[in-house]
Amino acid sequence: MKTDVISRRDRSLLGPAAVSAAILLVAILLPSFVGTYQIQLVTYGLIAAIAALGFNLLLGYTGLLSFGHSAYFGIGAYTVAFVVQYLGPHSMEFYLLVGIPVVAVMSALFGYICVRHTRIFFGILTLALSQVVYSLALKLYWVTGGSDGLRIPRPTLVLGLLSFSGAHGFQQFITSYYYYVLAIFVVAIIFMWVIVHSPFGKALQAIRDNEVRARFLGLRIRRFRWISFLISGTFTGLAGILWVPLNGLTTPDVLYWTFSGEIVFTTLLGGFRNFTGPIVGGIVFTYLRTYAVATTEYWQLLLGAVLVALVLLLPTGIVGALSKAGQRLSERKR
Amino acid sequence: MGEAVAILTIQILNSLLYCSVLFLIAAGLSLIFGVMRIVNLAHGSLYAVGAYVTAWLVGRGIALGVPLGWLFLLVPVGALSVALIGIVIEPLLLRPFYRRAEEYQLLVTFGLFQILEDMMRLIWGGTPLSADTLMDALPIMRIGGLFYPAYNLVVIAIGAVAAVVLWAVIYHTKFGVLLRATSQDRRMASALGLNVGLVYVLAFAIGCFMAGLGGAIVVPTQAAVLGMGVDALIIAFVVVVIGGLGSLKGALVGAVVVSFVRTAGIQFFPELELAVLYLIAALVLLVRPTGLFGTA
Repeated sequence: MKTDVISRRDRSLLGPAAVSAAILLVAILLPSFVGTYQIQLVTYGLIAAIAALGFNLLLGYTGLLSFGHSAYFGIGAYTVAFVVQYLGPHSMEFYLLVGIPVVAVMSALFGYICVRHTRIFFGILTLALSQVVYSLALKLYWVTGGSDGLRIPRPTLVLGLLSFSGAHGFQQFITSYYYYVLAIFVVAIIFMWVIVHSPFGKALQAIRDNEVRARFLGLRIRRFRWISFLISGTFTGLAGILWVPLNGLTTPDVLYWTFSGEIVFTTLLGGFRNFTGPIVGGIVFTYLRTYAVATTEYWQLLLGAVLVALVLLLPTGIVGALSKAGQRLSERKR
Repeated sequence: MGEAVAILTIQILNSLLYCSVLFLIAAGLSLIFGVMRIVNLAHGSLYAVGAYVTAWLVGRGIALGVPLGWLFLLVPVGALSVALIGIVIEPLLLRPFYRRAEEYQLLVTFGLFQILEDMMRLIWGGTPLSADTLMDALPIMRIGGLFYPAYNLVVIAIGAVAAVVLWAVIYHTKFGVLLRATSQDRRMASALGLNVGLVYVLAFAIGCFMAGLGGAIVVPTQAAVLGMGVDALIIAFVVVVIGGLGSLKGALVGAVVVSFVRTAGIQFFPELELAVLYLIAALVLLVRPTGLFGTA
């Protein structure tokens, strides 16, 4: 009886696992087919996907809309910049080693304050706190470089085994960094998948769907939300840490509230009611934004129109709409 | 009068000037939230539109040789044009979202914000648009040994009058009763035969008018620039968070607190001035989530 249940569960996992493996294979082979520029774009997309994945733990699974996730992304980015500035070593592993605990602590601190509220007040509180960080980054220019930001040189990867200089340094760095980010991305996805399918993840969804019932079941709601916030902020912070060596520069723009809006946009684009939505959203949004910026000076207008149309016509996002269409198709077949 | 007293007087007047503009923006934001339960992220951009339209109209007026006195009439025209935009936006973009989750309402106004910001860039370009002819048309006063433009006093007066008129409309007219009834219970108001759709359009238009008026009266003292709406929105957020979302009294008290703290901040701790404001907002939210005067 018990083995039967497990085997059924195994079978239901078989399809998605096969698809993921195929996508991963394509991703690994990608650099041999496309140029450096495309690889760079995909890397940006993977980073945006990590940020949105973290954000969606709060929005999709916990039911809290944060309008201040730029803070954790920016704290991650600025932590790396400070490490370069004051500690010296140009090693990516060192950045991660310092950066992740810093964003985790900051997310825990801000989260502790923010989860006292829900709904619109939660959103405004997260926004206000992110603006505190933004204005500090802007005004304390002797530490942060003000609106000019801070430069970050190319780091070495894999404990200093790979370093990039010379004529082809840039291309080599982009390709290696793509694999580096891809590896972290895969680990992050697995980690997040385990979280949302664990009893903890189920508890978050129960709280999201019916707070009163969840409380009657004895769940400590505020603590669950706090831990969810902590994980969410850390993921987005990790994206910030990975983003900054690729961008080579961090400015207060990544801390501004409109950047938080872009993270929300990314997640919604893919769809926040399912696990893969933010991943698709991260990659699609990166391409959408890059091509909007390339084609028109008024790219923000274009993005705004897309966002309004999206919310009006496709509220479940790309993945939501696709899976609905797929369902309809399979029903017709039957 | 000593130098110090004169400087203090001017600083207080500057705070009141800032306060009056802030109140107009924040009261509109608060009114829209109070009645429609929508946090309008495009509100700051509407304020900027008011400034741009007024500055543009004044510029056209000067070019066409309109007498100086008549140019002042363009200020309310600028504000009314923003109200018109509101009348178009509400049924078109916001009405489909009242029954949907808050996330979608926030997102649609964020999309609107992006559209409006770039529309201004598209129409008026990157160069600042000034209407300082209006300020120069009024005399310069002497306070102690220092000069102060009389136009600033006009702005303060307009802010004060707007506060009184808004209060009178909301608490002493039939329309105000309808507004408050809708805000308290939309379904009950609708069941009693009230045209809720119309109330929503009017409330949104009034909110937009206030934002537009804020922009229109401020533009003679400082040129309209890109990005002015983004900054205004965030400060207006601080105001309504301190005072309480949806409360008129709250918007007034919040505007006073923010404008005086900011003026003092620029004087004494310029690096931390903005951070202190956001921290005050965060603190108020922690202690009293509904703000000092909020009930929501």
